[in-house]
Amino acid sequence: MSADQDYKYIGKGISRLDGPEKVTGSAMFVHDMTLPGMLYGKMVKSPHACARIVSIDISEAEKSPGVRAVLVGRELPYKVGIYMIDKDILAKEVARYHGEPVVAIAAQSELAAEEACAKVKIVWEALPAVLDPREGLSPAAPLVHPELASYSYMKGVFQPQPGTNISHHQKIRKGDVEIALAKADVVWEAKFYNPPVQHVAMETHTCIAQALPGSQVQIWTSAQSPFTVRNLFSACFGIPHQNIRVHVPYVGGGFGGKAGIHLEPLAYLLSQKAGGRPVKLTMTREEEFGAMPSRQGLYSQFTTGATREGKIISLVAKYIWDAGAYADYGVNVGRAASYSGAGPYEIPNCHIDSLVVYTNKVFGTAYRGFGHLEALWGIERNMDIGARRLGLDPVEFRRRNVLRPGAKTITGETVTEHTGRVDLCLEKVAEEIGWNGIQTEEERAQAMAGGKVRGKGVALLHKAPAMPVFTSSAALLKFNENGSVDLLTSIIDYGQGTYTALAQAAAEELKMPIERIQVPWESDTAMTPYDWQTVASRGAFMGCKAVIAAARDALQQIKETASQVLRAPVEELVCRDEVVFVAHRPEECLSYREVVMGYSYPNGNSIGGPVIGRGHYIAQGLTHLDLETGQGLPALDWTYGAHGAEIEVDLDTGEITVLNLATALDVGQVLNAQSLRGQIIGGVVQGLGSALLEEFRFSPQGRLLNAGFVDYKIPTSKDLPRKMSQHIILTEQLDGPYGARGVAEHPMISVPGAIGNALYDALGIDFFELPLNAERVWLGIQRKRSETQDTLPGAIKLPRAIHLDKGGA
Amino acid sequence: MFDETPQNTLPGAIKLPGAVYTISVEVNGKACTEEAPAQMTLLQFLRERLFLTGAKEGCGVGECGACTVLLNGRAVDACLVLAVEADQASVRTVEGEARDGELTLLQRAFIEHGAVQCGFCTSGMLLSAQSLLESNPHPNREEIVEAISGNLCRCTGYVQILEAIEAVGEGMEEGG
Ligand code: FES
Ligand code: FES
Repeated sequence: MSADQDYKYIGKGISRLDGPEKVTGSAMFVHDMTLPGMLYGKMVKSPHACARIVSIDISEAEKSPGVRAVLVGRELPYKVGIYMIDKDILAKEVARYHGEPVVAIAAQSELAAEEACAKVKIVWEALPAVLDPREGLSPAAPLVHPELASYSYMKGVFQPQPGTNISHHQKIRKGDVEIALAKADVVWEAKFYNPPVQHVAMETHTCIAQALPGSQVQIWTSAQSPFTVRNLFSACFGIPHQNIRVHVPYVGGGFGGKAGIHLEPLAYLLSQKAGGRPVKLTMTREEEFGAMPSRQGLYSQFTTGATREGKIISLVAKYIWDAGAYADYGVNVGRAASYSGAGPYEIPNCHIDSLVVYTNKVFGTAYRGFGHLEALWGIERNMDIGARRLGLDPVEFRRRNVLRPGAKTITGETVTEHTGRVDLCLEKVAEEIGWNGIQTEEERAQAMAGGKVRGKGVALLHKAPAMPVFTSSAALLKFNENGSVDLLTSIIDYGQGTYTALAQAAAEELKMPIERIQVPWESDTAMTPYDWQTVASRGAFMGCKAVIAAARDALQQIKETASQVLRAPVEELVCRDEVVFVAHRPEECLSYREVVMGYSYPNGNSIGGPVIGRGHYIAQGLTHLDLETGQGLPALDWTYGAHGAEIEVDLDTGEITVLNLATALDVGQVLNAQSLRGQIIGGVVQGLGSALLEEFRFSPQGRLLNAGFVDYKIPTSKDLPRKMSQHIILTEQLDGPYGARGVAEHPMISVPGAIGNALYDALGIDFFELPLNAERVWLGIQRKRSETQDTLPGAIKLPRAIHLDKGGA
Repeated sequence: MFDETPQNTLPGAIKLPGAVYTISVEVNGKACTEEAPAQMTLLQFLRERLFLTGAKEGCGVGECGACTVLLNGRAVDACLVLAVEADQASVRTVEGEARDGELTLLQRAFIEHGAVQCGFCTSGMLLSAQSLLESNPHPNREEIVEAISGNLCRCTGYVQILEAIEAVGEGMEEGG
């Protein structure tokens, strides 16, 4: 515990406030909504990765029964985007990925819209596609966006390179890597790969939009960030903010995929064309995979130099992102991964180049962990490879390099006593898995005779929110006649448990029972106060700070009224158990209920008025990163952690069984024990999906081949580790609410690294590519068998560094 | 087949030639009679005709379990059942589980054990679990894992769901 504070609600395992609605099926998702007169939208999508639209014939579709609107890209003079305004609402001249929407139709029913879509005739001229971002960097590569120079983008933060496929190049420059590499006793190189994957929220993207007279717009959407939807919508159409009303009810999962803006502009345009009838657009699961954003792929490579004693003195890293056809969040993913791009280690000399590259694939966006799962897969495997080169135990090698108080990060931030303790996380997971060093080849050979082999591995992680410097939250606490409170926020709780944590903070601060606080499960830009976005593990942190401020404001209002009635100065009033009283004469008191709508004296005179507490919080002291060196202060808070894994590999099938997965995170302070555990387990299992199962597969022509659950598997109840444990370190975050820091994304990060390292321990084989599915592992085993047969017994040749070296990385 | 010879398969149920049937089904203990086109799934029938939106569509093709309901007591993917197949059947959806505002043991356990996050899988998950508990009141961990293995949840990582179901199984044991 960070302080011996006695909290009544903070830290307790209070169950979700919305539990009853969700277990009775009464929680209303956009998925469940219908409005009077509502039409249904469907889209015709590109069958090519890159193709020119020669002609579109919609004449038959327009005549199809029930059709009310047909839209093609050419009639839409708009572009949309969050950091880079690069996306057409429907493809115009060229479709840039397989699955890109080209024509949209609104009709009386989904079936009628689908039937009309089938009648659209499009003549295509296939064009050469960029399918590998490393090839996309070549000067000879076709340009995914020849008009890149003309796009607007967030200046001072991103650096698109017109005339190339690079939408952003983030540089980190600390010290002198060349000199340090020359001095290093050991230098090693390694390359890694993460495929694109999907969020797979169980509720697919869906929204309803209605264009009303006087350029008024109503939107109901399954989205993470109502105000960002509104802001980007306003920028896209030039409609003033106050005319656009965005409602977000219950949301069936997001994980980053519903951040920013997605279907809302198209639904609005269909509504407008259909004379203002509301239009609902819901993605089928296949469309969710193929047309909606993904997590972009990554090619990473590292050159690392260390002293004989095992201190890393130089790191050169290159990240090449397979960003897909539009920048969306991808540019910021590339940016965020670079300032975390050396791992939680102190490295005096570090150069990172993070290149976000347009390709002709479905575009990437934010996904839980935001570039970190991807980058840390390579970083943490690279640490184990380095330890081996140095003849060091991988845990010990990490001990010698982790960030400790006084260290400077690669962007020049100083780590303090209060930043968090990655070293303690490391020790905890090592202990939990019974870490006893890497096995020798003899030990492995012995184990292999049994057909199943075991191995252990650890991996560290860190992440800070990736968010603009001006990110802010607000909260309102609105008292009701009976003294209960409505907590209004535009943070969206799409499962994380944020609303329960906010209610706990409100109850704690207002000194009242949590049962008397309710958080309405609908955010509405016209009714709930501003919040930037619900992303980046910042919601509970910044939201609680805003709620704490709002509660203090409300109590001040209560005390001001009470001070007149009780004839005591405000400073001498105390609030407890829904009562305000004079500190030294507790019998002089008023219940909140007597005050919160205004106090009435016996003769009828009344004072005060409805109490509405108002609070806000803005991230403090953040700076833009220097465009040339990456130096600056990007982080609200760093959350550190570690995973330790023990696995068993079936040598005949290549299948991995996770026997034990221990996770330690320095969360600063627990806000809600139950939802913290839920976030950790849920995140770890999602991380296992990335580690073992998930990847997009494309045909050589760039068609997505596995847009469904038959071929794209996510973990089921049968895929859980035999044992999982969660461990919490509490190093108080000084500016965090009650000392807490963000933790929703972190459990997912570095799960692949821990499994990959355990896999080396088990097999003596380095794997560089994800996922570690049975096929890949089995092939690795076969390769090792064939290689060891033609070498001397006991001499294990490392497999070639990587099998991805066809491109220019 | 219904399109071509509806008269032979559902006598007297035809309203429009070859397309619409009248379906009588008992839903959560109440008799309902509604029309449904031949291709309408039970999931669509429940959601669009009866406005019971607790069952969700997560995939529409029998791969996620979000649409799970009990058809004559058996857990089925409502997206794979045609509405006409449910004619004369009894269906239970999540909306009918709580009685007079009183949550079932299982519903309460889901809340208390943190088995719910976004809630989109919850209706289906609850009904798969309920059907298990009704046929096997004291399931072991393996049986629970098996029973919900067709219900995808992207949020929770399943552990708290398994714990909630297990707790109900054990509770029943105590209650004897
Ligand atoms: S919606 Fe029925 S199984 Fe997915
Ligand atoms: S709680 Fe979100 S999918 Fe299960």
